[in-house]
Amino acid sequence: MPPQTLEVRPRTPAPPIDIDRFSGGGGGGADPMRPGTAPASIAVWLLVASVTILFAAFTSTYLARRAESDWIVGPLPVALYVSTTLLLLSSVVLEWARRQGGRGRLEALRWGLGVATVLGAGFLAAQVAAWRQLAALGVFLSTNPHSAFFYLFTGAHALHVTGGLLGLLYALTEARRAPTADLALQTVDPATTFWHFLGGLWVYLFLMLFVL
Amino acid sequence: MTVTHTAHGAAEHALPWWRRYIFSMDHKVIGIQYLFTSMFMAVLGGFLAMLIRMQLGFPTAKFYWAQWLFPGGFANNQIKPDFYLAVVTMHGTIMIFFVLTTALSGGFGNFLIPLQIGARDMAFPFLNMMSYWLYPPAIIVLLASFFVTGGAASAGWTAYPPLSALRNAVPGSQVGQTLWLISLAILIVAFLFGSLNYITTILQLRTRGMSFTRLPLTIWGLFVTAILMLFSFPVLLAGAIMLLFDRTAGTSFFVPGGLVVGNQLVQHTGGNPLLWQHLFWFLGHPEVYVLILPPMGIVSEVMATNARKPIFGYIFMVGSIIAIAFLSFLVWGHHMFISGMNPLLGTGFMVTTLAIAIPSAIKTFNWLATLWRAKIRFHTSMLFAIGFISLFVTGGLTGIFLGSPAIDIYVQDTFFVVAHFHFVMASAALFGIFAGTYHWFPKMFGRMMNERLGRIHFWLTFVGIYATFFPMHFAGIAGMMRRIFSVSIYQHLQGLAWVNIFISLAAFLLGAAQLIFIYNLFRSIFRGPRAERNPWQATTLEWEADSPPPHGNFGPQLPEVHRWPHDFSVPGAPADFIPQTVPAGAVPAAVHGGSEESES
Amino acid sequence: MMPPGETDRAATRTAARNLSLGILLMVVVGGVGSFLIARARWWLPPEASTQAVEIDRLFYTTLAVTGIAFVLVHVLLALFVWQGGRRERAEHFAEHNTLELTYTLVPTAILVTLIAMGSVVWARVHQPAPADALLVEVRAEQFGWLFRYPGADGAFGRYEARLINTRTNPIGLDPADPAGRDDIVVRELHLVANRTVHVRLRSKDVIHSFFIPTFRVKQDAVPGMILNVVFTPNRAGHYEIACAELCGVGHYIMRGKITVEPQQAFDSWLASQAPAAP
Repeated sequence: MPPQTLEVRPRTPAPPIDIDRFSGGGGGGADPMRPGTAPASIAVWLLVASVTILFAAFTSTYLARRAESDWIVGPLPVALYVSTTLLLLSSVVLEWARRQGGRGRLEALRWGLGVATVLGAGFLAAQVAAWRQLAALGVFLSTNPHSAFFYLFTGAHALHVTGGLLGLLYALTEARRAPTADLALQTVDPATTFWHFLGGLWVYLFLMLFVL
Repeated sequence: MTVTHTAHGAAEHALPWWRRYIFSMDHKVIGIQYLFTSMFMAVLGGFLAMLIRMQLGFPTAKFYWAQWLFPGGFANNQIKPDFYLAVVTMHGTIMIFFVLTTALSGGFGNFLIPLQIGARDMAFPFLNMMSYWLYPPAIIVLLASFFVTGGAASAGWTAYPPLSALRNAVPGSQVGQTLWLISLAILIVAFLFGSLNYITTILQLRTRGMSFTRLPLTIWGLFVTAILMLFSFPVLLAGAIMLLFDRTAGTSFFVPGGLVVGNQLVQHTGGNPLLWQHLFWFLGHPEVYVLILPPMGIVSEVMATNARKPIFGYIFMVGSIIAIAFLSFLVWGHHMFISGMNPLLGTGFMVTTLAIAIPSAIKTFNWLATLWRAKIRFHTSMLFAIGFISLFVTGGLTGIFLGSPAIDIYVQDTFFVVAHFHFVMASAALFGIFAGTYHWFPKMFGRMMNERLGRIHFWLTFVGIYATFFPMHFAGIAGMMRRIFSVSIYQHLQGLAWVNIFISLAAFLLGAAQLIFIYNLFRSIFRGPRAERNPWQATTLEWEADSPPPHGNFGPQLPEVHRWPHDFSVPGAPADFIPQTVPAGAVPAAVHGGSEESES
Repeated sequence: MMPPGETDRAATRTAARNLSLGILLMVVVGGVGSFLIARARWWLPPEASTQAVEIDRLFYTTLAVTGIAFVLVHVLLALFVWQGGRRERAEHFAEHNTLELTYTLVPTAILVTLIAMGSVVWARVHQPAPADALLVEVRAEQFGWLFRYPGADGAFGRYEARLINTRTNPIGLDPADPAGRDDIVVRELHLVANRTVHVRLRSKDVIHSFFIPTFRVKQDAVPGMILNVVFTPNRAGHYEIACAELCGVGHYIMRGKITVEPQQAFDSWLASQAPAAP
């Protein structure tokens, strides 16, 4: 279209809300066919949000059910202390590894990541042990309301931990292949975020089931 | 298929055909896959609707062909009550989750988002492919339930326990209900993958200059919808898991103690059926906006393009989409006014519910103002867009009755509700889908649809919808309950036989009219005249790409955006539209929020 | 097919006229007209309780408001469509704050009014039962209704699910509880004209909904809960209870019978019923 000069009628000024600061419409330069760091770290927060809502929904029924008169808190299997320790330790190691990666220490990053993954697998094993302990006591899914919620919460959480472990394993393979720590962090960072979230979620579930 | 691109090339690598058309990671292919699968399900769901109307309109007629088709569901050439309930349940489930949600979010969302924001694909193409490929398994599980003992789920699409939880409460609650829950769980995961992808893509992959105030309204609709889905579907997933446990593992989340069903004492204790309703409707109400926000966006855009005018009040339109989405999380209780929920809560939910009417009214009047002093092009897509306004208004206004709990006491669970949501949610969403299909068909397939057949399709559908669903109001006002097998038992329904015959005949017409669309669609895919790049002279980015767009969508350079999507009929401009890619200096840009000055 | 953008003007005008008339005739005239026709035959059942009058009044008010909005929007739509087919060039405008504020505030005002009216009726419907109300228990089951009067002592006897026997003890009355000895269990509901009823509603199996069209009463019967329903029938006669919540295969046949009669007739009916003591 040929350039023309014409008077422009003034209209509305820019909207008051600055909703553009998220990205400023930025993708143009890089080829967006290959998502870099940013999409994955946004996606992981969205994932965290939706898993939070899933457990919030569970929690709301839990709170409603707990208010009934027939509510009794079931036995606390010892294996849960082990599993909790393992998961928290795993988070700490992972955070250490991530920070090492931030300083460019790729080897430490790989090691930390590996140890954290093993600890995470240990968590799952300890959870299974906890279920077996309860089953040995005769406490099953349908035994009482508390046990139903216990198995529901731990089961749903364990499924997400399995997903998180797969994420860590993927990050591990990426980190082994990556030439620099920066590149490795592109996958390690979001995986770490999700892992910390799972740790926090577990502490929350544990407290809600047995303490609060 | 994603990484086959170099930064400056859109050459398609020679992938085997099954990677290109079946297990494709290209958002356009996935979008079209979603649309066709949804269409298949729509035919199925529509067919089930015809069975419902056969029974309600002609309860004494004999249907030999139906007996032959469903030997288990028919006896003496007439539908059996238990099969009728399964049909009602599956019609609702299929239409809401497997047709409208998938076609709008899955189909149009996938096809349009990267194209309209100027991206080459979604942020996570593999996840996108996964999202689509969870859909067919969900369908298979759902449809398999027709062939199991007891037949398909028959506790309604809302699946209220204990009816849905106890195996001997209704035949469909044997294996069918379990399959229903599993199918829905699979589909929810697919939706969550999809939403995650859409949100990330829209946040991260917008091309240079595509600020949020320049986003086409379709994208706004799809974006907010994705957020709604991400925040509401996990709640249904939680409910579905718990109901599944109640059914199969003997837990008592939703089933109280002391029940006797079929002369058997139920072994559950202490659950609460209302909890399921809260969880279900916390999803269920946002879900209806999941079905209506994308059509609102589609209609806004089709309307602006064919009215050759900017959409009136763009910022208000965006604002009302956000307001509706926010409020939709606070209104679920209006489905539960008479459920046994505390009446005080009812008052609160009335306030939030009627508050949602305000942004809806703003949108309606903005569409009207868009049409005011426009130069309208009556393409089929535009006919459907205008029809959308009518349906949305008609259905929205009856919502005011239902949102008022005192009136709701009477009309709840009657055909008044059925009429209401078939207008505002089902038909309006369908009109959005049709408007979008006629509008973007040239972009999808590189050919034009037949306008003459399109017009016939529009008129039959528009008349058919009013003739089918409008009289349902009267049936509801006269007190006809939902989901009943026959109106011949209750005294107060005796006079409704003729209303039901009329509705049924109209429904058959409506159903038959859709065959014209299907014929037109397939004929046009193969025989339609070639489409140019921008047949409607629209402004948004997808029209900068070839028709159909190649893999990677755009040429070596991604388009750059310099203006909002509605520069139609700008005074002094040489043409009556200025594409978003035209720089401000080239033609007089109407200054809009987020134009050139605010960018540099 | 003609290339878009060069659509013949005459064709556009015809399309505009058709759509405009279609909206006017079919939607507006058809919509309003069918309502007028329906009022004669397919309309609200007769009112037979005090709350029916109030709910219907609210219904008609809402109908008037929405009816006006329905006609207004469609007439505007038809008008703009008609004009839009004749214009040579669209006008370019995209915002008008006053206009938008108007159609934000006007609907708001109307809705606030409707909310206020609605909450008054809603609150009145849910008033607690007066002391002299007729107490009756309604128990829903697949697929029928069972009614229990407390008898002379004014108290219901205990019941237990495991004691239920369809023939001899349908309600599952506990024989050990003296309060249950004079309970009267019947399959037909008798009420007193102009005397408030206090229904204690419960369910034996799944969710049902206690729906009396002529009384404009509807309340879900939720297993595990006992819900209070209070209303005042004000016209003697025979009425019908319907189930309004999908409850299984027999949902469509789940009728119940109500007789509303003067106090004396009610008393003699009640006296003629044998206590249900198991």
